Amino acid sequence: MTSPKSLWEFLPFFLGGVPVTLEVTFLAMAVAVPVAIILAIGRKSPRAFVRWPAGFVIEFFRGSSALVQLFWAFYVLPLFGLTLPPLVCGVLVLGLNEGSYMSEVVRAGLDAVPKGQREAAVALGLPARYRLFRIVLPQALPLMVPPFGNELITMLKFTALVSLVTIQDLSFRASLIGDTLGHNGPIFALTIAVYFVLALSLGVLVRMLERAAARRAGRHVTEATVPHGALITPALPSSIPAWALGGGG
Amino acid sequence: MSGFHWDWAFAWSIVPELAQGVVVTVIATAAGSALAFMLGMMWTLVRIAQIRLVTPAVWFFVQFVRGTPLLIQLYFLFYVLPTWGLSVSAFATGIIGLGLFFSAYAAEIYRAGIEDLPAGQWEAALTLGLPVRRVWAGIILPQAVRAVLPMLGNIVVSMFKQTALLSTITVLELLAHGMAIGQTTYRFVEPLTLVGAFYFVVSYLSARALRALETRDEIRA
Repeated sequence: MTSPKSLWEFLPFFLGGVPVTLEVTFLAMAVAVPVAIILAIGRKSPRAFVRWPAGFVIEFFRGSSALVQLFWAFYVLPLFGLTLPPLVCGVLVLGLNEGSYMSEVVRAGLDAVPKGQREAAVALGLPARYRLFRIVLPQALPLMVPPFGNELITMLKFTALVSLVTIQDLSFRASLIGDTLGHNGPIFALTIAVYFVLALSLGVLVRMLERAAARRAGRHVTEATVPHGALITPALPSSIPAWALGGGG
Repeated sequence: MSGFHWDWAFAWSIVPELAQGVVVTVIATAAGSALAFMLGMMWTLVRIAQIRLVTPAVWFFVQFVRGTPLLIQLYFLFYVLPTWGLSVSAFATGIIGLGLFFSAYAAEIYRAGIEDLPAGQWEAALTLGLPVRRVWAGIILPQAVRAVLPMLGNIVVSMFKQTALLSTITVLELLAHGMAIGQTTYRFVEPLTLVGAFYFVVSYLSARALRALETRDEIRA
């Protein structure tokens, strides 16, 4: 049995993993967002030499396991003379992987901009680059904020993988402490709890960003989009008629 | 340093060993998916039943599973299940971990399936005066599940890729075999590339097949 005191002693070292985990999360997200935007725009390009590589990158990173990609970057790339520091390796793989998934979100955002906007820009004779950066993207980006926010939390969970390439994040420190104590249960229970609290905190941050983005986009934020107590009260499909719900049990 | 060159003879020689890992990976995916679909349905039923205290507790658990990394969940199960007197193998632990994690996503998919059912189904069921239990078991759920089969397929594909994590809890699946070969021969290029290629080919083809299935369903509907 582990005495709680010994786990307690390691607590400062363990919590030192929080900033590392957050750092990897935000850095990887900083890679993923531009990657997603570039890939989504690339995929819509009328030129095949742009469209094809973009499609290839998306399918490549989505197609195989992120852990395998991480190990490949860590163990195989050095053999080709490209030795990346573990942090760069982890951030790049997570960013490119998640960015490939997020390119779908960007595509949906771009598609959601009314066609008339593009047509009007064409009618005004605006050059293609101006149409994209000044007309379409500014309208599409606020739409992408809520899904990007969800991806931030996905990324937080995703970062646990980098502990396997020697980055000293929460998971890495948890394993180390568990091995030192010879008893892994309590530290991993604590680790799960810390990740959950971090995810909830990021959720609050994301909701604040959502509101700001909605205000920027000139939309009214209804309270209904931010359900309170969603953690324990599951939303039921609105289509279910009242008579079909048990109630009470 | 060896490893700059791709050695075909070496690559061929390790295929049989990797194939052993493939078998484990495929079984884990199949068993994990079955567990995820069953548990996901259980969460959905608990959600619909709205049982006081039980539904909030179960729902908190589901959100908890969704909100934390699969890797840590696997570690936790791996180290804690034995201390609860459950002496399950690493392989079984991995399947439980995968099933539990993806059941949270399956529950959301079932919910979408129920939501998208045409209102006429409810109206017809009410008109026929069927008991509520039969409405759910005989009309609503079977149709909802059938409608979301392609989405459940996507869960299988995601899980297939995530089985690589089982290597961290000593399950000798595909990635673990690849790493073991790398560590004994000091050649990582061939095993890790073959492992990655295998994941890619299987999940790319399955994703394409599922997309085709979805469009076919859309055309039919």
